[in-house]
Amino acid sequence: MARELLKGNEAIAEAAIRAGLDAYFGYPITPQTELLEYLARRMPELGRAFVQAESEVAAINMVYGAACAGKRAMTSSSGPGISLMQEGLSYIAGAELPAVVVDVMRGGPGLGNIAASQSDYFQVTRSAGHGDFRPLTLAPATIQEAIDLTGLAFDLAERYRMLVILLIDGNLGQMMEPAELPPFRQHTSPTPEWAVSGAEGRPHRIITSLYLQPEALERHNLKLQKKLAVIAEREQRFAGLYLEDADLIVVAFGSAARVAQNAVEAARAQGMAVGLFRPITLSPFPMRALERLAPRARAFLVVEMNAGQMVEDVRLAVAGRAPVRFYGRLGGVEMLPDEVLQAIEQAMRDTRVTKNGARMLDAEVQR
Amino acid sequence: MIAEQPVYERPIGLTAAYTHYCPGCTHGIAHRLTAEVLEELGILGRTIGVASVGCSVFAYNYIACDFVGAAHGRAPAVATGLKRVLPDRIIFTYQGDGDLASIGLGEVLHAAARGECITVIFINNAIYGMTGGQMAPTSPAGMVTTSSPTGRDPRQTGHPVRVCELIAQMDGAAYVARRSLHNPAEIRRAKKALRAAFECQMNGRGFALVELLSTCPTNWGMTPVDALRWVEERMLPVFPLGEFKNVP
Repeated sequence: MARELLKGNEAIAEAAIRAGLDAYFGYPITPQTELLEYLARRMPELGRAFVQAESEVAAINMVYGAACAGKRAMTSSSGPGISLMQEGLSYIAGAELPAVVVDVMRGGPGLGNIAASQSDYFQVTRSAGHGDFRPLTLAPATIQEAIDLTGLAFDLAERYRMLVILLIDGNLGQMMEPAELPPFRQHTSPTPEWAVSGAEGRPHRIITSLYLQPEALERHNLKLQKKLAVIAEREQRFAGLYLEDADLIVVAFGSAARVAQNAVEAARAQGMAVGLFRPITLSPFPMRALERLAPRARAFLVVEMNAGQMVEDVRLAVAGRAPVRFYGRLGGVEMLPDEVLQAIEQAMRDTRVTKNGARMLDAEVQR
Repeated sequence: MIAEQPVYERPIGLTAAYTHYCPGCTHGIAHRLTAEVLEELGILGRTIGVASVGCSVFAYNYIACDFVGAAHGRAPAVATGLKRVLPDRIIFTYQGDGDLASIGLGEVLHAAARGECITVIFINNAIYGMTGGQMAPTSPAGMVTTSSPTGRDPRQTGHPVRVCELIAQMDGAAYVARRSLHNPAEIRRAKKALRAAFECQMNGRGFALVELLSTCPTNWGMTPVDALRWVEERMLPVFPLGEFKNVP
């Protein structure tokens, strides 16, 4: 396969097809609509299922239905639509169904706007619906990585019978850059032993998230939590740059990490010992690697296109062993490398003042 | 000596489980008719049911085919997902009036509009049973419920929704019928309608819905016999029986 100039939303759609997507159900919403449009053409060409649903509520429940049959099912949306899908996401989690959801984040709250944002971090990693569960969340920073993680998303979803959310923002969905698509995967897996297909020749199967007895529901919840613990043990992923000798570690995901990387490179050119830590899995959050870095770094600077959401996970990992600062832009405003560089310079200055004693005070520097 | 000749047995489509339904509730009849039809049509082993939220949430424990539980009102969307990836299987939903005609009206209307090749069994007993007897979208005017304690006043709470008449408008709907479970003659007609609705799906003709007027003696505050009479006297005038659509 050769590198081609690909648009993010379309690249994810094609990557899903090549990973063996059996069924897509979606509803138009900017900035993810190209995903729906692309699959509206491609899925019927390949004899696979495509439905433009009447709402995001219906779309996620169609995903639930197709997933009950053991098929590779996906939907995509943006914040307002993800809010509507939360009911279905919770049922998918409760029934332990594999499913992939793409959230192309836009500005909120409410109708907000259609500009790129990272303000769904809490919604996706913390509370993608009612009840105790966390979806596995993958956050690519390039279109190539989005392609690769789309394939991984289906594998993880099936391996753990788990909801996997691919979390990108409008920038990544809308931009084009060179990337290489994988070859088509053979997808002829037999019906899983838990899936419904008709009970001919075997006892009938039931897929439900209903456990009326509290003790039974507690056992079910403990099983789900055990699975999450296994996932947290095995699936933490991150990328690092200049971490070996970094005094200051910038933490950012998705397209904010691309801006942060420019700023980190500029800071390095000025002789500052700055590194970049980029979580690839937001849930499970790469706690282990950050915990290892916490005693060595003088300070952390978290950069997000929101009011400060992932910063809470960074603080949990760092656990007070170093100051954690935050820099963010809100409402879909594009942050520029210069702004991040200024935040880096400020953090470095503040850190030097107290470098031989207690580390600097944890003051917020959000503009 | 004459050997015993069974004249009435549990159909293979029903499990041996005792149901949780109240005495006099007609869910049991609707379940049995469904199981008999699936057995008689020879499709039990390739049928997947979609249970809804309400009293029939445990339908999957009683009807012996593969089953999935759907969120409140979303059964037609779940059935759509199933049917699109398993087009050679028979998919049906089993929904009550709160589930289908209130919170799930959008899903059922659009499934009908798309002509999804599924069968919807709609139990209309004019009340929310599971939550203890609140006003339903199909409660007739004047009906006393826990959320219309002085009787449903159409000026305040509107009018009952006639689902069959609504669905029959959809070009994608191929078979739409309303039957009742209040006496043996109507029960036999109800079975015929269910059979027609599953045959409609087997022949790939499109969306099929059968509404079954049903009782809820517990929440209506009546004896089972009075409840059957109430269906005849109070529900039939609002919900006329008949075949609203049968596209060949």
